[in-house]
Amino acid sequence: MTDSADSSLIRVPEVGCAPRGSDAEIRLASLWETPPGWRGWLSTVDHKTIGLRYLVTAFLFLLLGGIEALIMRLQLARPDQTLLTPEQYSQLFTMHGVTMIFLYALPVLSGFSNYLWPLMLGSRDMAFPRLNALSYWLFLFAGLFLYASFPLGQAPNDGWFNYVPLTDRLYNTGPNIDVYALGMVLLGISTTVGSINFIVTLFRMRTPGMSIDRVPILVWGTLTASVANVFAIPVVSLAFFMLWLDRQFGTHFFDVVNGGKPLLWQHLFWMFGHPWVYAVVLPAMGIVSDALPTFCRRPLVGYAPVALSTMATMLLGFGVWIHHMFATGLPSLALSFFGATSMVISIPSAVAVFAWIATIWLGRPVFNTPFLFFAGFVLLFVIGGLSGVMVAAVPLDFQLNETYFVVAHLHYVLLGINVFPVVGGIYYWFPKFFGRMMSETLGKWSFWVMFIGFNAGFFPMHIAGLLGMPRRIYTYAPNMGWNTVNLITSVGAFVFAAGLLLFLVNVVVSLRRGALAAENPWAAPTLEWATPSPPPAYNFAVIPIIASRHPLWEDWVDEGYGRSSLETGYLLMEGRETLGTTPLDARPDVILKMPDDSYAPFFLGLFSSLVFAGMLLHAWDFTGLMVMASSLSLIAWLWPSKALAQRVPAIKTDKGVAHV
Amino acid sequence: MSIALPEEEIAPLNYFLHSYGPASTPTLHLGWVFASIVAMVFLIVAALLIAALVHKRQPDTGKIDNDDNGLRWIYIGTGISTFLLFGMAVYALLTLNAITKPPQPPALTLTITGYDWWWKVEYEHDDPRLNFVTANEIHIPVGVPVLVKLKSADVIHAFWVPVLAGKTQMIPGLINRQWLQADIPGIYRGECTQYCGLQHAHMALEVVAQSPAEFRQWQAAQRKPAVLSSASDIDAGRKTFMDHCSGCHSIRGTEAVGAHAPDLTHLKSRRLIAGGTFVNTPEQQKQWIAHAQELKPGARMPSMVLSPAEMASLSAFLSTLD
Repeated sequence: MTDSADSSLIRVPEVGCAPRGSDAEIRLASLWETPPGWRGWLSTVDHKTIGLRYLVTAFLFLLLGGIEALIMRLQLARPDQTLLTPEQYSQLFTMHGVTMIFLYALPVLSGFSNYLWPLMLGSRDMAFPRLNALSYWLFLFAGLFLYASFPLGQAPNDGWFNYVPLTDRLYNTGPNIDVYALGMVLLGISTTVGSINFIVTLFRMRTPGMSIDRVPILVWGTLTASVANVFAIPVVSLAFFMLWLDRQFGTHFFDVVNGGKPLLWQHLFWMFGHPWVYAVVLPAMGIVSDALPTFCRRPLVGYAPVALSTMATMLLGFGVWIHHMFATGLPSLALSFFGATSMVISIPSAVAVFAWIATIWLGRPVFNTPFLFFAGFVLLFVIGGLSGVMVAAVPLDFQLNETYFVVAHLHYVLLGINVFPVVGGIYYWFPKFFGRMMSETLGKWSFWVMFIGFNAGFFPMHIAGLLGMPRRIYTYAPNMGWNTVNLITSVGAFVFAAGLLLFLVNVVVSLRRGALAAENPWAAPTLEWATPSPPPAYNFAVIPIIASRHPLWEDWVDEGYGRSSLETGYLLMEGRETLGTTPLDARPDVILKMPDDSYAPFFLGLFSSLVFAGMLLHAWDFTGLMVMASSLSLIAWLWPSKALAQRVPAIKTDKGVAHV
Repeated sequence: MSIALPEEEIAPLNYFLHSYGPASTPTLHLGWVFASIVAMVFLIVAALLIAALVHKRQPDTGKIDNDDNGLRWIYIGTGISTFLLFGMAVYALLTLNAITKPPQPPALTLTITGYDWWWKVEYEHDDPRLNFVTANEIHIPVGVPVLVKLKSADVIHAFWVPVLAGKTQMIPGLINRQWLQADIPGIYRGECTQYCGLQHAHMALEVVAQSPAEFRQWQAAQRKPAVLSSASDIDAGRKTFMDHCSGCHSIRGTEAVGAHAPDLTHLKSRRLIAGGTFVNTPEQQKQWIAHAQELKPGARMPSMVLSPAEMASLSAFLSTLD
């Protein structure tokens, strides 16, 4: 829509400056700021608030999952321990996996992306701010839901991959698995709406001039993960829903006696599960690709190959799920195919590794705390990748599968590629989040303690696996040859936890006493550092116009496209507004009217979670009531509002400005 | 309490250093080659990373130097990785081909069924009267391939005797096949490696590889029904067994035909009890019978409440099942 029938509706946005304290700036702040107090707390749709909530909530779950892990390590430190009963151990390893994989690993990355995307892309918010709020509330409630039965000693207890028929009602009569099944469907809604929001934001909300080849790699990572989630989540939601039907209503999807197929569960679970693994590492790799160059004082080597390899990884990631099922008796021709793909998938990873090493080699590294985490990450990534090549070899996997070797591999991948970049990323963006620097001394200590503890804890697990130690055993006999490695692993786990504790202490201390941060304390190249620290509610007083991949480095490096305009840009302040641009070239396309704060997402999230609670308890009246309440919330949400009407569909492109 | 093996650490599942048959030896070599390549690649990449961190640089001009776009790093690094991966993939597939089928047709077929948390073992013969059932201990003749059919009676288990072959899941409703062969007489330990419930940690078995003559001898003995003497304390023990145990356990040649638990016809011939958890001595047997739920919480075997006299006669009866 470039021309409206009624040309009087066409509005050309003003271009100008709005320095801090100017009338325009004050007006913007009043438009975008959320009122203080609990009302604002429940109704805010500010992506920065939501992003921080994601980060804090995910970190709380990380601590819970970590405590569960430490208790298990106490049990396994010596042979024949009786600290835990087998039932307690089963619930702990299940909740540890569920927590880390579903409630920490992806949500923490969503936190970064929610906070950073609009700032990196030069927008005032995500494409769908209320959907963003809903996604957070659903995540929080799904997390609480999954933990609801834990205090009753009835937590999910058959492993995070939850194989049938062990999880059929015949073998698991309690509410444990129903909590898991319904909780996962609920969480799936949160992830799906969040993913859709990211996809639309990328293609619609980039500031003018930020063509598709100028977006930061973190954005590529999250985009790829989000597209994958849109395809993968329905599979697992359906699988869990079918399991719940089997358990509660006697359907026969997985019921062997009546012709159901247990192997179907494995296929469905891993068709989702493997892409998910990449969804929880690709954005974290993006964090490194974006932040590492800042500390190397040069642009990332191979932007295009790295961005392409991100997507290639995901594409291949949909064709490797069988490598979780090599031992299920499938024909060896199928195994060969999936084994070969599983090896090919390390090629895009090699691209990223060599890009990072080349960036360091050709740059001038500044050894700050975030850099240590990113450089350490490269090493852990390589170890995790190489052990991955070993398990991808089908015959070797016949031995390694379901042993501690796989436990070691997956922790190198998930902790190495997720936790290290995440902690490094928090050190990096903390000044932007809170306007204060984190302590460097404590930071370096936390890195070294974490790095040493991590390797001491998880490297010996490879050896335990080679000595034949199976996963998920609550104890072992003293003569199996596993005593020493397990003791070292347990000690290492506690050292690692101490390192993480140092990091948390650093966060708390720095929040109060950290040195005040300037706009761009690391001299970083990307757009989020053009805003004050912390950024104002409206992000950018004017929507900037971008001319290069590194708008803040144009003084030092010439990419040959002229200069970005950061102080002068589109004003857009008739209500909450931002600019919609074209998907590839990011030409100005439409003025987007953004919604005000709203309670609807909170209530829709709450009531739809209660729908699931009603289903869990078979309280059908209550469920019906909650469905009605959800519908009312949705009607309130969608109620037409004059302020949101897209009455000015087109911008007459001012060629002089839009194509700088 | 775990006394199934000598006290010193013997690492019976160490498949990385030990293999005793052609179904696992190619994998053993594959493991060594892969581990060496992987270790070498790690050292090279780590050296590159460290060199990248510390190597000497030109003096700082204040400008960001982007003249060298560094793409050759990606081309060379990824190029070498791709060739290496291709070679490794081919080697892995060749190994897979080598272990998929035995070099000669299997000389013996047996069916193993996974139960929570033990293994039923059925030996087949062309003449069905020569079939027999045992549990948790598999005897095979050395030097010949053995076909193992894998079934499950309840949930998914996985059969794994690592020094003889890789693992295969036992999936209800399916029959999976795997072969193994031992070239040296000995006792090889196996474990369940698919989480199958509370006592997954205590679901082990042993493969006893014997010379063909010894194996035939063992087979002949196992085919026979139990021979019961009729001393009075043994009769009392037999009655206790029939009253308390025969609902689940069977003893061929008696009225005990329970099918939910291990067949005990030749109990005394086995080295271990309770799914490879305890050594089969009269003392351990009594402990197990009286305290199953403490020793293996959640096991299907209840802790039996028996008077000392009943326990003594039951133990005497069990000791006749050789």
